[in-house]
Amino acid sequence: MQPTTIAEAPSAVRAAPVRSSVVHQVLVIIAKDLRAELRTKEAVNAALAFALTILVLFSFAFDPVEEETKMYAGGLLWIVYAFAGTLVLNRSFARELPNDCLDALIAAPISGAVLFLGKALANYLLVMAVELVSLPIFGIFYYVHWYDHFWQMMLVLALGTWGITVIGTMFSALTINIRLREVMLPLLTYPMLVPALMASMQLTVDLVNGRVIGSDPAWIRVLVSFDIIYTAAALFLVEIVLVG
Amino acid sequence: MREKILYLLALAAFVILARDIYVIARFPPEMNQGNAFKIIFFHVPSWVAAGTAVATALISSVLFLITKSFKFDATAVAATEVGVAFLTVGLVTGSLWARPIWGIWWTWDERLTTTLVLWLLYGGYLMFRHAIEEPTQRATFSAVLSIFAFIGVPIDYFSIRWWRTQHPSPVFFSSTGSFPHDWGMVMGWNIMAFLMLTVVFVAIRLEQEQAQREIDSLRRMAHAL
Amino acid sequence: MHALAIEGVWRYYGDYPALRDINLTTEPGTCLALIGRNGAGKTTLLRTIAGFARPMKGAIRILGREPREAATRRDIGFIGHGISLYDELSALENLTLFARLYGIPNPRSRALEWLEKTGLERVRDGLVREFSRGMRQRLAVGRAFLHEPSVLLLDEPFTALDDRAIAVLQRLLREAREQGRTVVLSTHQLREALELASHVALMDRGRVVFQGACTPEMVADPGWVYARYGEG
Repeated sequence: MQPTTIAEAPSAVRAAPVRSSVVHQVLVIIAKDLRAELRTKEAVNAALAFALTILVLFSFAFDPVEEETKMYAGGLLWIVYAFAGTLVLNRSFARELPNDCLDALIAAPISGAVLFLGKALANYLLVMAVELVSLPIFGIFYYVHWYDHFWQMMLVLALGTWGITVIGTMFSALTINIRLREVMLPLLTYPMLVPALMASMQLTVDLVNGRVIGSDPAWIRVLVSFDIIYTAAALFLVEIVLVG
Repeated sequence: MREKILYLLALAAFVILARDIYVIARFPPEMNQGNAFKIIFFHVPSWVAAGTAVATALISSVLFLITKSFKFDATAVAATEVGVAFLTVGLVTGSLWARPIWGIWWTWDERLTTTLVLWLLYGGYLMFRHAIEEPTQRATFSAVLSIFAFIGVPIDYFSIRWWRTQHPSPVFFSSTGSFPHDWGMVMGWNIMAFLMLTVVFVAIRLEQEQAQREIDSLRRMAHAL
Repeated sequence: MHALAIEGVWRYYGDYPALRDINLTTEPGTCLALIGRNGAGKTTLLRTIAGFARPMKGAIRILGREPREAATRRDIGFIGHGISLYDELSALENLTLFARLYGIPNPRSRALEWLEKTGLERVRDGLVREFSRGMRQRLAVGRAFLHEPSVLLLDEPFTALDDRAIAVLQRLLREAREQGRTVVLSTHQLREALELASHVALMDRGRVVFQGACTPEMVADPGWVYARYGEG
């Protein structure tokens, strides 16, 4: 008699047909992280509130009415982004700690690089959302025409944010179960981000003051190299961090 | 035997430095910057020493990840500590240099800024190590961090340099190009002396680190029994 | 081919050996109960088998393959001390997530199937954070079993379970064995485990000091193994 289900086949264990491309797995991880975060919105709300608060505080330190402030306001924007972004990125691997969820992810047949990429992309979307909401507010508070070269501005945002995200997500994995986690993550991340922030600040300041990107391609190159090199390093090393 | 070699190296380094200080003191003051310029004889070698130490840390970190042998982890932390020490020397000598010339304690000169960023990076590495209890995890994670930090070295150097070309600020030495020959010799000796000291300090720190690890594991064993 | 072949495995925390020269084999269709005091190394051994960390010396083969290979991971079900489920997601969302990660063709229907098998179909849209301990544990069992692994590694699965959860787990484990799957479970709850076990291994201070078939004496007097081979 042919056994029709696994329950009736005593010693045979069926090899279940599987459908698991890398892209599919990355999408599953992105969906999971986004769903979990959007259900509580804790990190995103905190990041947004933090961004607004810093913008307000900066206005006391650097008077937006002064003509000079406009010259470096673009730099201030990236400080806001870096600080607010860390609130989101800190949660990235930390959200896997309760209930030992990270165990199940490591045990699953997905590579560390896939897990990292999924989380980084989910973080990216969340941080970009916070930034895109903060940007017009920044423009209003500081009388800055960030939309003059809209798509170039978006390019800088996209590249700079990816730099912050890659480092932040990787260091979130590195600091996942160590002491003083919330202090260590920013302490390690910000020095590492110096080149990316420097480049993003310079490009933003240029764009806001009317100088388009083509005039000095060096900074875009710095950003792009930063993004590529550190993404490659992270994808390569994250498995060692997760499994050992 | 190993100790004797270390003593000799340290002694040789100190002798060289002492002689160099004597020679340097007798050099005529430099045209623009007076005697303060002579700090360069310690500023540059500390940079070379720090760079060597940090590169050693990178290589040891990579070797640890490949072999899982803890002696590489010990070398990595020893080298990083010595590197941070020499970076500090670089920061202090830079500051001491700026003060008499410009009347300020700090200048965002490209080399000094790079030194500061590296100091933050590798200082962070040391703090990171203190935050991890378990030795294998500590070694693995810091090795990864060390690799990331070292990638930052060239990226930082070039970006900060580009930044400075767009935002010029007081620079205290443009290049070591126009160096009289005998000054160059002294610089060379100093660099060598600093490198010798690097080796000595790393070796001492390495022994300390390995002894500490043994104590920790004995303590752990005692607790388990 | 052995279901599980562990040869000469050592695992260190720094210089401290948590696992010393472990040699253990298990055949398909058996259920091995791993017993021992706290700190004996049961959790470390299970986690090393599951591939959470590599052994410093020795080799582990699960159905002839390395633990970290994708094919092996697809074939292992693991329950650790935590339930490994997301509090902010519902029961159905959790199981569907893992069904997708394991590449199961109809993830949602497989998830629903296992919600039924663990008696949780009525709370399928409830968030895990609202579940009782027993319900959480049952859902964890669902997560570990739903991709139909050949090898199940369970770390103290009976701890602090209510009766319903214990019954569900015992039933599922018996079914698993009938289906030819292999189970390794570590436990303090000797009675529940020994009723299911075909084999027993006792660990003490990082070593396996006894391994053999589970005899009626052991089931009748669980302390017997400890008294005979352990240090009390």
